[in-house]
This record gives sequence, structure tokens and C-alpha cells, in this order.
Amino acid sequence: MEQGKEDLKPLSVAYIADMTYKYHAGHYYSRFLRELRDNRLIAGVKCPKCGKVYVPPRIVCRDCFVRMEEFVPVSQEGTLLAFTVTNFHYIDTTTGEPKKIPFTTAFIKLDGADSNIVHRLDETDEKKIKAGMRLRAVFSNNRTGDYFHDIDHFSIVKDM
Amino acid sequence: MKRPVGIVGVGQTHHKSKNTDCNGQELISIAVKRALENAELTMADIDAIVIGNMDHFESINYVDMWSVDGSGGFMKPIMKVTTGGTTGSAIGHAGFYHAASGLFDTVLVIGWEQNSESDTTAAISTCFDPITEREYSAGAIGPLAAQYIAYMSKYGATEEDAALVSVRDHNNAALYNDYAHLRQVIKVEDVMKSAYISYPIKLLDICPRTDGACAVIFASERKAKKITKRPAWILGVGDCHILVHLADGIGLASLPSLEIAARQAYEMAGITDPFNQIDVAELYIPASTAGVAWMEALKLCEEGGGPRLVRSGVTNMGGKLPVNPSGGVLATNPIGATGLLRIGEAALQVMGKAGKKQVAGAQVAVATGFGGCFWSDVTVLSSLSRLD
Repeated sequence: MEQGKEDLKPLSVAYIADMTYKYHAGHYYSRFLRELRDNRLIAGVKCPKCGKVYVPPRIVCRDCFVRMEEFVPVSQEGTLLAFTVTNFHYIDTTTGEPKKIPFTTAFIKLDGADSNIVHRLDETDEKKIKAGMRLRAVFSNNRTGDYFHDIDHFSIVKDM
Repeated sequence: MKRPVGIVGVGQTHHKSKNTDCNGQELISIAVKRALENAELTMADIDAIVIGNMDHFESINYVDMWSVDGSGGFMKPIMKVTTGGTTGSAIGHAGFYHAASGLFDTVLVIGWEQNSESDTTAAISTCFDPITEREYSAGAIGPLAAQYIAYMSKYGATEEDAALVSVRDHNNAALYNDYAHLRQVIKVEDVMKSAYISYPIKLLDICPRTDGACAVIFASERKAKKITKRPAWILGVGDCHILVHLADGIGLASLPSLEIAARQAYEMAGITDPFNQIDVAELYIPASTAGVAWMEALKLCEEGGGPRLVRSGVTNMGGKLPVNPSGGVLATNPIGATGLLRIGEAALQVMGKAGKKQVAGAQVAVATGFGGCFWSDVTVLSSLSRLD
């Protein structure tokens, strides 16, 4: 045995977890995804008590904690609240592959919504992006019921 | 009615980027041994254990069970608590709850992480909604970067203001903290010249990934007074887990969860004038930008006053309210331990045991935790059993 050889380099053991998940979208997200796919509409849901419109739709109003039932369309244009241009390597957890960088994450308040969404902005030069800019959703032609695919990205509205 | 609780021992490992010298249990055992030595206790004195980490970082389920070889929890009650970035502060609060409840006298709290064992940004990204958020939410860095864009555009703060925080925390670690992971003396221009990793956050603005562990021992009033002449009394705690949808927290220039948690903790502790009553702060500042934007949530300055506070130098060592004498999260970030390190370092300050990091005469300290979807925990500690 190796007594007296504790100074030898310790070993590492590799573990590769290749696991597939299938997330159940539920009633609210299913309706949201169907409206995107079939009608190119962005659906929100309205609180019966305070009137706030949430996008993406969800079951309860976070402030009133009441069930929301009324789906309403919101605009495909909105205001850029904040953004970042990501430029470091990491594994994309949705694919298991290295994430393609750089990409710009945009936090957007759509007109008619009281909550915000996250999506990709097709501009990666931070000098050309400013909070407060107007953005518009650009849909894919071949839509599959996937939020980050059916809305391919957002673009800056140039004709302001 | 809760019982008074004090911290009586703090231990931590020498933190580093890649710890291949020992496995997770061995890492935990080092922090536990040092905490017991610090309190002059043995494992037999421990009534219960609370442990936490980011369990998908190491892909070890049932950490409460798996860690027993290192935690010393054999035949003792153990509870695992994991709340993302706030794990370290949440386990600290859970340890406090255990002792305050009257059911346990001496509680060992352990936070740990072997960050280098996996791709932590990928692992963190699994906290975001898989259908509507995960694709373009790059771990913790992206949302923090986006938040500072909102703060800069609202209040006229600059990237240089954030760089001042980075310089303060890195240099404190380099000069005063032998346990810190990153120990480099840097200047504002070094930060400004470092590459953008997620605009406006640059490499020297963001916390590292660290392998390390921390253990803190909480004791009931009766026990604490027997163990040490000067425990760190827990005077107030506040927890606020506010948002589910990540995007709803962005575009808010400040951090409402921190404001609410701080209000709760200050009220419980009897703090009415935080800037003047608090002697030292150990804050979970995961990016230098947060060291500017979140100060108002802790009521350490007026709304939008972060830049002025940081530029004035009062938060530097030797200033009126030193922030992060240990170097904080920008120097050391073993995530499951990070929030507990804030509580542990704050405790050492009011116990007068902080060594080179010691803020002279510190009697009241505040510690914070941050994580998840912009969640916050706040702890107020003092050498005094009450503030009147």
C-alpha cells in the first residue's frame, strides 16, 4: 500500500450526466405558446382584482394572489428596460452545447403589459443600445410552439 | 417568544479556485474543525446541524446524508437548506431559528461548495424558467449587468463607480484576509482595462468561482455565555424572497427585496439610523456594480446616492463604515458558503476576533445574502445583547 506517499497528486473522477427533461408547460404557458405559434399573438393574462396584465401569462397575480382567467393580447412592440451583451463561455443548459457568444439579452416591457419579458436583441454592439429604446418582436416563419424560436428575436425600431 | 442567540465560533477553509487536494467531505471537515477550535468545543457539544450548498453544482443529492463524514453529523439531527445564492445566509438564519426555538442549545451551521467540479453558469441557469427565461439568462452575471444599466441610466452612476468597489474589496482581501481566494492589489484603471464579460460588467467587476467551506456555531443565551465572554448576538434577521419571474426584477434600478429584508432586520434589532449605528458591514456584493446600486436599499445612503457614498471613501477601511474588510464576495465565492462567510466575518468583527481585518471598536455589524431571483437576507449582529 501507499503509506507515506500522501504527497502524491490526488485524482479526479469524471461524471457525465446526460439527462433529458420534458417540462410540462401547463394551461397558461400552453395557451401563450399556441397563440405565438398559430396566431403570431403575444398573450397576457389580466388580474380581475388589480387589472395588471402579466406576460408570460401565469396562474395568480403576485400581488393579489387571486386566480387570473382573462387572456388579453399585448403589443409586439415595447420598451427596452435593461440589457447585457454576454461574452463569456458557458454550457447552454437547453442543449448541453457551448453557448454561441456574443449575444444580447434584452429585458422588455411590452406595451399593454405590466410585467417584463426576457428575449434576445439582434444587436451585440453595446454602444448602439440604450435603455429606453423601442423594440419590436420578429417572428419565425416556421413556428413550433417554442417561445425562443417562434419569436426569433427583437429588433430596435429604427423609425422613431 | 424567541430566545436570544449568539454566535460562538467561526471556521473557514483557505479558499482557492480549484481545490483538488480534498473531496467535499474533507473540505467540510476542515471548516468544522476550525469552528469547533474557535469556540473551544467538541463535536459532542453540538446538538443539531444545518448544511447547505448549490446541490446541482456538484450533482450530489442528499448532501445532508453524504456530508456526514465531514460534518460530524453521525447520529445527530441534520437539516439541508438550499436557496440558491442566499443559501449561506439562509442556513445562518436556519441555525439561528434552531437555537432561538428553544429546541436546540448548540447548532453547527455549514456552507460549502466545490465550484470547480462543474460549469457553474450552466448550473445556475437552471434556476430560470425553462420555457420563457432560461435560453438567454446567462447565470447570475447577465441579470446583474442588466440591472446596473438601469441604475446608471436612472441616476448617472458610472462604470468607474463600480470599479471603486472592486478596488476596495479586492485590496481588502489582499491586505487583510489570509483565507481569501483572490489576493491581488489592483487599481481603478486595472478594472477599467479588464475585458467586458457581460457589458457593463468587466472581468475584475465580478466574483470568482471558489472552492471552500465555512462553519459557524450558534448557541442559546445560556450556552453562549458559558462558551465565550463575547458572543456575537443575533439582534435581527430579515428574509425576502420576492420574485418568481426574473425579468420582473430587472429594470428596477434598486433591489426591493434587500430593502424589505433590511427593514425587517433593522426593526427587530432596534436600528433606526443604519449609517450611524452600524460599525462594519459584510455585504453579499456579487458584482462591483451592486456595491453602488444596492447601498440605498440598506438605507446607508439616500436614493441614487450609491456613487456619492462609494466615491467619498467612507466604506473603505479606516472610513466611518467599512464595507467588506474580508474582501467579500468579489474575492471569495464558494457559493453555498458565501452568505455564511458574511455572517461569520461580521460575527468575528463584533467578537473582536477579526485579526488583521478588525475594524477597531466594532460593536454592531450587518451581513447580507443575495441570490435566486433577486432575493435577499439581512442579519444584524452585535457584541451588545440589545441596542437601547
